[in-house]
Amino acid sequence: MENNKGSAGGFARHRREDLIGKTYTYICVLLLIIVITAIVYFVASKGLATFITDGVSPVEFLFGTHWNPVGDNASFGALPFIAGSFIVSLLAALIAGPLSICAALFMTEIVPGKGKRILQPVIELLSGIPSVVYGFIGLTVLVPFISALTGGDSIGYGVAAGALVLSVMILPTITSIAADALASLPRGLREASYALGATRWQTIYRVILPTLAPSLWTGIILGIARAFGEALAVQMVIGNAPFIPKSLLTSASTLTSVITLNMTNTSTGSVQNNVLWSMALMLLFMTFVFIIVVRLLQRRNKL
Amino acid sequence: MKSKKTLFGALTLSAMLALTACGNSGSTAAPADNGTTGSGGTGTTTEQPAAETVSGTILAVGSTALQPLVDQVGQEFMTNNGDVTVQVQGGGSGTGLTQVSEGAANIGNSDVFAEEKLDADKAKELVDHQVAVVAMATVVNKDAGVTDLSKEQLLDVFSGKVTNWKDVGGADQKITIVNRPSSSGTRATFEKYALGQSVENVEGAIEQDSSGTVKQIVADTKGAVGYLAFSYLDDTVTALSYGGVEPTEENVQSGKYPIWAYEHMYTKGEPEGAVKAFLDYMMTEEVQNADVTELGYIPVSSMEVKRDAEGKVIQ
Repeated sequence: MENNKGSAGGFARHRREDLIGKTYTYICVLLLIIVITAIVYFVASKGLATFITDGVSPVEFLFGTHWNPVGDNASFGALPFIAGSFIVSLLAALIAGPLSICAALFMTEIVPGKGKRILQPVIELLSGIPSVVYGFIGLTVLVPFISALTGGDSIGYGVAAGALVLSVMILPTITSIAADALASLPRGLREASYALGATRWQTIYRVILPTLAPSLWTGIILGIARAFGEALAVQMVIGNAPFIPKSLLTSASTLTSVITLNMTNTSTGSVQNNVLWSMALMLLFMTFVFIIVVRLLQRRNKL
Repeated sequence: MKSKKTLFGALTLSAMLALTACGNSGSTAAPADNGTTGSGGTGTTTEQPAAETVSGTILAVGSTALQPLVDQVGQEFMTNNGDVTVQVQGGGSGTGLTQVSEGAANIGNSDVFAEEKLDADKAKELVDHQVAVVAMATVVNKDAGVTDLSKEQLLDVFSGKVTNWKDVGGADQKITIVNRPSSSGTRATFEKYALGQSVENVEGAIEQDSSGTVKQIVADTKGAVGYLAFSYLDDTVTALSYGGVEPTEENVQSGKYPIWAYEHMYTKGEPEGAVKAFLDYMMTEEVQNADVTELGYIPVSSMEVKRDAEGKVIQ
C-alpha cells in the first residue's frame, strides 16, 4: 500500500502488472476462441459431409421419418430423433418450470432465512449428481413404477420416463436462476406494493413475477437447453426406438441418445458415422438458438 | 492484498500448466502410438534369434465384447514379458477397425469382419486374426412361456409380425423386443445367423447397446425378448433353443447351432515384434483352453466348422 503514493517506481510496477494481466486475459480469450472455432469447424465439416460427400438429401434428413442406416436401401430420416428431443425437453420444462419457480419464490419470499440456509444447498446438491446416477435411478425405480401405474400394459420405457428424469435434472438449473433473479429484485418494489395495501400473493403475482418474467424465462430456456443436450440419463430410460412417439408411454429416441448408441459401432468416414455428426451439428445449432433466445430475453430485462 | 495476489498468480500458473499438459498429451498421443509400433518392430529385428525377449507398447482398441479377454491375456503377457506394455481400450468394433486402419492402434478388436465395416480397399490392408468364437442365444423373460423357437418364428417375432407370445406357443403376453442399435455388430451377427436377413426396427421396441442392460431389461420386463452372448446367460432369463437345438457349447462346436461369430484381432499388414508375439501367445493352448473358455468364449481350435466373411460354412 505504501508504494501506491505516487512514487515513480510504483507507477512502473503498476504498468508492468497491468501489462501482464492484460496479456494473460488476452491469451485466455484467444485460447477460448480458438477452441470454440475449432469445434464448430470440426462438427460442421463432418456433419455437412453427409450431404456433400455421401449425397444424403438434407430434406430427407430433416423431415424423413424412416431411419434404417444399414443395408442397401439405407434411409436417414432423423425427424424421429429431432421430434423426440423437442418433446422430452419441452415436457421436462413443463414439469420442472412451475415447480422451480414456486420453489424459488418459497425460498426468497416466504421463508427467506431458512430457504437460503437449507433449501438452496439441497437444490444445489441436486445439480451436482452425475447424470448416470439419474439414469440408473430412472431405470431401476421410475420405469417399473410407470409400468405398474399402467397396470403392466406398458413396459415403462418411453417419453414419460425420459421427461420425468430430465425434469428432475433441470430443476436445480431453473431454481437457482430464478432464486438469483428474485434476490436481485430491489426492496423498494416489494415495499411499495405492500404500502399500497397489496397482499403477499398480490405482490408476487402482480409485481414480482411480471418484473422478473424475462429472467424466469431465461432460466427455463437454459433448462430446456440442458435437457436437450443430456444424453446418458435419457438414453437409459427412453427406449431408443427410432420412431416419432405416438403416446407418452411409447419408446422413442433423442438426437443425443442415437449418437451415443451408435457412435462406437460405426467407423469414421462412413455415411453411418457422418450422419451422426450431422445430428451433432443439429444439436450445436439448437444450442446457438437457445443462447440467442436467452440474449434477447436479457435485453428485455426490465430492471 | 499481497496474499491475494500470490493466490491469483498460483491459480494462473496452475491453470496454464494444466492447459499446456492437455495440449501436449493431445498432440503427441497419435505419433507415440506409431512410434511404439516401430520400436516393437526394431525389437524383433535385433533380438529375434534370442526369441522370447520382445519390447514395446501394444495398443489394442475396439470391441467391448472382446475386451475382457484381451485385457486378461494382456496382463499375463506383461507378467511374462517385462518389457512389453499392453494397453486395451474399448470403444466398439467400428472404432477399433478405424483406428487400426489409420495406424493409431496396433490391434483393432472387432466382432465383425473388417469387410462389413470398412471400404474394400481399406479392409484389404488388414490381416485377420480370429482368436475366439462368441455364440449368442435368444433370451426371453422367464414368464413368456416359450423355450424353443424356429427360425421362422424368431423372424416373425423380431420383425413385429407376431406381437403376442401365445401366437408362438407361449403365454398370453405382449412381446417387447429388446434390440441393439442398427449399427451394432452383435445385432448384425444375430440377424445374419439367427434370422437369415436384416429386419427393420419395430415400433415400441427398446434399443440398448450394453449386454448388461439388455439382460436386466429382459429379466425385469414382462414379455421381453433379446439376445445375449453365452457368457451373459444365467438363471434370471430363459435362453431359447433354436429350431430344437439347445444353445450349448457342444452344439456350436459341431455346427448344429448357427448363431455365433468370430472375435477378430486385426493388424495392419502382417504383425511384427511384440504385436506378433502377443497374438501368437493369444493362440497358444494355455490361453485358448484357460482364459478363452473361462471368460465364456469358445476356442477357435475346437470348432469343427469354419466360416468365411460371407457367413458361408467352408468346412
